[in-house]
Amino acid sequence: MSETVIKTNKLTKRFDDFVAVDEITFEVHKGEIFGFLGANGAGKTTAMRMLCGLSIPTSGEATVAGFDLFKEPEEIKKNIGYMSQKFSLYEDLTVKENIEFYGGIYGLTNKEIKSKSEELIDKLGLHNEANKLVSSLPLGWKQKLSFSVAVVHTPKIVFLDEPTGGVDPSMRRQFWDLIYNAADRGITIFVTTHYLDEAEYCNRVSIMVDGKIEALDSPAALRKTYEAKTIDEVFYKLARKAKRSE
Amino acid sequence: MNAITLNNITKTYNKKTVLAVDDVSFSVAKGEIFGLIGPDGAGKSTIFRMLTTLLLPDSGTATVGGLDVIKDFKSIRGIVGYMHGRFSLYQDLTVEENLTFFATVFNTSIEENYDLIKDIYVQIEPFKNRRAGKLSGGMKQKLALCCALIHKPQVLFLDEPTTGVDVVSRKEFWDMLKRLKAQGITILVSTSYMDEATLCDRIGLILEGKILSIASPDDTIKAYPEQLYAVKADSIYHLLLDLREYKGTINCYTFGEYLHLSITSNEEEVRKYLQDKGHTHIEIKKITPTVEDCFIRLLKEQHERNGNKNEQAN
Repeated sequence: MSETVIKTNKLTKRFDDFVAVDEITFEVHKGEIFGFLGANGAGKTTAMRMLCGLSIPTSGEATVAGFDLFKEPEEIKKNIGYMSQKFSLYEDLTVKENIEFYGGIYGLTNKEIKSKSEELIDKLGLHNEANKLVSSLPLGWKQKLSFSVAVVHTPKIVFLDEPTGGVDPSMRRQFWDLIYNAADRGITIFVTTHYLDEAEYCNRVSIMVDGKIEALDSPAALRKTYEAKTIDEVFYKLARKAKRSE
Repeated sequence: MNAITLNNITKTYNKKTVLAVDDVSFSVAKGEIFGLIGPDGAGKSTIFRMLTTLLLPDSGTATVGGLDVIKDFKSIRGIVGYMHGRFSLYQDLTVEENLTFFATVFNTSIEENYDLIKDIYVQIEPFKNRRAGKLSGGMKQKLALCCALIHKPQVLFLDEPTTGVDVVSRKEFWDMLKRLKAQGITILVSTSYMDEATLCDRIGLILEGKILSIASPDDTIKAYPEQLYAVKADSIYHLLLDLREYKGTINCYTFGEYLHLSITSNEEEVRKYLQDKGHTHIEIKKITPTVEDCFIRLLKEQHERNGNKNEQAN
């Protein structure tokens, strides 16, 4: 078995008497595309925030990128990338400034930043836009740029929180090309999405219901277990049993 | 009678430098569910705002319920309901306060039209004293729909009502729309989820301010010009890269567990090419396209046209 980059054991988060994340135990391997699914309010975001070192778990154990979630959250932050649809880029900075800013935040040297930003602008075909404000870019380009800055420091894992909302089907697929490419380079992808066809692109997916991981396997195995034609159906069978909604 | 008509409607922003809606014409029959399908920035919201009399078109004419969107804007406001997926509620009012507010604005009361919203409202009633800002995505959406319905509108405008909402809530939401249709309400709805397109009576695919096609979901699919194949093998990413290199490929993209492929050659030649490339467990099968395939094809044609235009300009 390949290297494990995320390992949790009964990881739990409570807010007063509300158990947002209820004893989740799972592993994610190096270079894997791992889909983290669940209905609104199932606990995905809370779980993801814990794994990123942003929220302290109530109990359980976890290591992320080889570091202990309780003892070394700062080390974890240096070794991961994070992108969410709601927040990632500074709209009033230019494309180039955003890359430089994130490069700096992630601790790259000036020389590295320079070569990385040229490489990224080249790869994304953003030569004409490099000095334009991010706010002027179409959403699809923002998403691609946002992903690219989240992996600018070649992290061990990148967390993507609903990265592809609201763009056309062709743009979503261009985004997934970037994901495949990063996974091919050994970066582990941890992704949440409401587009269940995207779940099929993952090596394995987990489905959270009411704070617990109800199912975890490859898309093909899940379809077989739940006698479903698509992951959409699997999800529907599990998620409609949910008792709570956010 | 048509509930909505648009004739050559054009709208620009920023002193005519941004063309948001480009000479759009279509009509929606009374009692129809018409879907505007397209990505962010396609012009969907601009069309909604012009029809709900919140924005003036630069040129062209439009009617809602037989009333002119410019001349009769006040009357139109009384007969339409408008819900926006990202904003329409007062976050710091409770569920009940929001509903009472919208009812009062339209000179009615919750009781008067309770029948219309009953099915939906009972699901959120247990939370009626909770502030709208504290509701989950699915519940906010139900409340917003109740607020848009409380004055019993003839025409309902739903602008991306299901964005960011999970699949269970999305299914429930579409069931509600079908019940409203059964009561004779006309619905214009926009979405970026292609699977929702099949639930509409007719769909208009929209991109860069232009309507690319209007038809029923079935006819949209029938108009797909080529045989489409689904292909899979052990390494799906390398399969994708290789098929894009293949000279007989018209288009190839990921689609769930398979790749979708259209070709100028035939199945056997593709299989041989992939075997030569070292792929294992190759599966190739003929399939019927989905609305999403049709949209991807139209996007590709559009990009090619734009590409040609740019070349000519150079």
